[in-house]
Amino acid sequence: MENWSLISLCVLLGLTSRWAVSFHSYSGAGKPPIFGDYEAQRHWQEVTYNLPVHEWYFNNTNNDLNYWGLDYPPLTAYHSLVCAYVAKLLNPEWVELHASRGYESHSHKLFMRATVLFTDILIYIPAVLLYCFYFCDGSSKQKVATALCILLYPGLILIDYGHFQYNSVSLGLALWGTLGLGLGWDLFGCLAFTLTLNYKQMELYHSLPFFCYLLGKCIKQGLTGRGFFHLVKISMTVLVTFALCWMPFLSDPKQPLQVLHRLFPVGRGLFEDKVANTWCSLNYISSYHVCETHLIIAGGHSGIIMLPLLLKDGLLLPYVVTSLAFLFLSLYLLSALERSTEEELRLGLYRKHTQHWLPKLNLSRIIKWKFWFSLVAMAALSFTSVWLKPPAKLPDLFPVLVSVLSFLHFLGFIIYFNQVQLMEPQRKKSLKKTN
Amino acid sequence: MAAPMTNDQSCFFALALGVSFLKCLLINAYHSTDFEVHRNWLALTHSLPVPQWYYEATSEWTLDYPPLFAWFEYGLSHIAWFFDKEMLVVQNLNYASPATILFQRLSVIVADVVFFYAVKECCKCLREDKGKDLLGKPSFILTVLLLWNFGLLIVDHIHFQYNGFLFGVLLLSIARHFQNRHFEGALLFSVLFNLKHIYLYIAPAYGIYLLRCFCFTQSNADGSLQWRSFSVVRLVTLGTIVLSTFAVSFGPFIALGQLPQVLSRLFPFKRGLCHAYWAPNIWALYNIADKAFSILGVKFKLLDINKLPKASMTGGLVQEFQHSVLPSVSPLATLVCTLLSILPALFRIWHRPNGARGFLRCLVICALGSFMFGWHVHEKAILMAILPLSRLLYTVRSVQKNSQQLPIKIFLMLLFTIFSLTSLKTLFRKGGALLNPLEATYLLGLIPLELICEFVYPLTVWQKTFPFLPLMLTSVYCALGVTYAFIRLYISLLTCSDNTKKIKTQ
Repeated sequence: MENWSLISLCVLLGLTSRWAVSFHSYSGAGKPPIFGDYEAQRHWQEVTYNLPVHEWYFNNTNNDLNYWGLDYPPLTAYHSLVCAYVAKLLNPEWVELHASRGYESHSHKLFMRATVLFTDILIYIPAVLLYCFYFCDGSSKQKVATALCILLYPGLILIDYGHFQYNSVSLGLALWGTLGLGLGWDLFGCLAFTLTLNYKQMELYHSLPFFCYLLGKCIKQGLTGRGFFHLVKISMTVLVTFALCWMPFLSDPKQPLQVLHRLFPVGRGLFEDKVANTWCSLNYISSYHVCETHLIIAGGHSGIIMLPLLLKDGLLLPYVVTSLAFLFLSLYLLSALERSTEEELRLGLYRKHTQHWLPKLNLSRIIKWKFWFSLVAMAALSFTSVWLKPPAKLPDLFPVLVSVLSFLHFLGFIIYFNQVQLMEPQRKKSLKKTN
Repeated sequence: MAAPMTNDQSCFFALALGVSFLKCLLINAYHSTDFEVHRNWLALTHSLPVPQWYYEATSEWTLDYPPLFAWFEYGLSHIAWFFDKEMLVVQNLNYASPATILFQRLSVIVADVVFFYAVKECCKCLREDKGKDLLGKPSFILTVLLLWNFGLLIVDHIHFQYNGFLFGVLLLSIARHFQNRHFEGALLFSVLFNLKHIYLYIAPAYGIYLLRCFCFTQSNADGSLQWRSFSVVRLVTLGTIVLSTFAVSFGPFIALGQLPQVLSRLFPFKRGLCHAYWAPNIWALYNIADKAFSILGVKFKLLDINKLPKASMTGGLVQEFQHSVLPSVSPLATLVCTLLSILPALFRIWHRPNGARGFLRCLVICALGSFMFGWHVHEKAILMAILPLSRLLYTVRSVQKNSQQLPIKIFLMLLFTIFSLTSLKTLFRKGGALLNPLEATYLLGLIPLELICEFVYPLTVWQKTFPFLPLMLTSVYCALGVTYAFIRLYISLLTCSDNTKKIKTQ
């Protein structure tokens, strides 16, 4: 079968599962007076459409910051504004100032879900396809299989099309940034990454690798010659992009300060309703040039961490189905467990070092056992969270257990990925591809 | 993972599991009145004694399937009891608690296991070239076209029906005939008929085929009938199988003297020629022609507008109506037309059987013929023709439009279309182009038709005055395609020689 048809089939499968998940409930559905993230996004459309720019981030009678005040950078606000214009065309009641608070209807839900799908198709999905085709190893069929697995990653689907968010925009732009760097289009990569930073400030997590990579590249080219010139071009791209995004807020010095205050609320607690943890999980997927095996092991486990949140949103069924489907599909298509030899896990050097004190260590078998063990632990925790009541003295027992289990996993992944990164000989292959 | 499976087996398992996951995600999608129909049947079979099953009329959705299906619902109702007892109360009309929805949807998903098994058996009957790439293998293609059939997915798992389960029984019966296990095939068909009597349409194909190819054990060298090879034993065995199935199914009701009542429920001829939403069959074209003539007649003053019947054919209620210019059509007329349409095919397999393959073609023609000319055909009946041969006919539409389901329908349809076209092209590479220019243009024409009906028309002024126009247009357009397919299929059946050449699909 030809490539284009395989790719179309993958994309269509991805789109079908996304829309099927969108039939289910969203965050804060039917829960006045605060509701949830869905209402937050609707409220931002209301605020950005009805109020002038200089009032968006400020507290006044028309804009109560305690009720889902804007706390993402300006690009999110502009996105909300565009959506609001469309909303106004379809039904002005959706963005009526004050009167539309808590508005819920079948057609409104359809509209909101459609906006997520639109940005997904526009930004995220093309990035995933290009990423798989340019940066993954293997035959074209394997690349398509990888693309399918990435597109069916449950975490993103559940949060964007269930809970309700626009992570596909920020992740997609970040992925475009990565693509740009990988293909040698540094300025394009910078532009994309700066845009994503201006969409969600969480992307700062990714900014260090970007910065270090680019700086390293410039230094390599010689800081007195081409390298310096390159550095200047990169800096100009970043600064101009920032300036364009923040332009409406630059007239008054109080504006950018207030925006920053909203973006980085140091006054709030460390754990904001466990949603912060979803970022951890999504980070590990896109932070590194990883494919296949690594993807599944990290990706498959990140679903569990969102379980308490998803249960609250009434998304148990999509959670179970998408997680099982993803795990099964990735195991089947990518035959991950067969590829867990030491060589493929790139732990060769690690093995050499430990050979002295632990000669009988069979790393690949250990990895396989660990995988199945954590799967069982995940399933058990899911089951208990749904069907068992926690003891009266420890009401948050299950969410805490979920967090602890996930933390241990992520700690393990950090150690693993860092080892791979540090111990690997320089990958000349990917550089050759781009030049 | 799992036990060691061959590549093909694991692929089949992956496809089956994948589509089951998708079905689970569609649990909370829109469901039609058919959901309430089946809930009502669960309730009445559970709560009422058998003698009252075909008399019960609290709900408008009375039991109108044969007794075996009622027993099936009775069996399901015992499991339903554990999900939500309230759904089994007959008076709880339109009861749809989350547990009810979950149970009903799961029952369809689980019943589809029969369909999976049947598809697997059908794949065994295909000739395969070894060493071919998995994605190009006929068994893989057939599996996807059947398991991921978008029409079946939409009708069963959104609209709500048990077609997957029933088609599983049909496909299994066909597979058994291909495997020369004719007694089992006959038994399965009898069971199928007693589950849903719409399969009466294809009973002639079964009857003629079994009589010709099974009861007459041998043919002459030129393929003609050898009268002396008639086996009474086989005929009697077949008869016993069929009759005993009917006895198990209808027996209790015959004993209670309720047969006329059961039959009146099964064959409600009071309904109109066309369903509210026209099935794209010959009568859609007939109606359109009649409407066109009446409009032209009034315009050219050949007809008096006051003398024309006022009843609307495109109205939302199921009712009888009169045609204005062309002669009105009665149930008997449609029966005669249906029989006439399938007789040539039946003669053909009588004279030149061509084995199980010829039987399958005849079966499809019988199904299509009854769709084309039948009385009160529901557009879902086209599935009966599509699935046996996995044809690509775009005539399945949900009865009610619901914009939330629209993207799913589009995605699944595109998925199915792209897959069918590319895989069938691979399969029939040697036979030249898959579609001739006319066929390709017709299929492409579906895109603007769909765009106009779903997006452009609702924005026009006519949406309020003629709300059913888009559906009518779609039905008529599809009717042209179905008619064309019917004629082409007929030609290929009547002209095909005995060597096993696969026919091209549209």
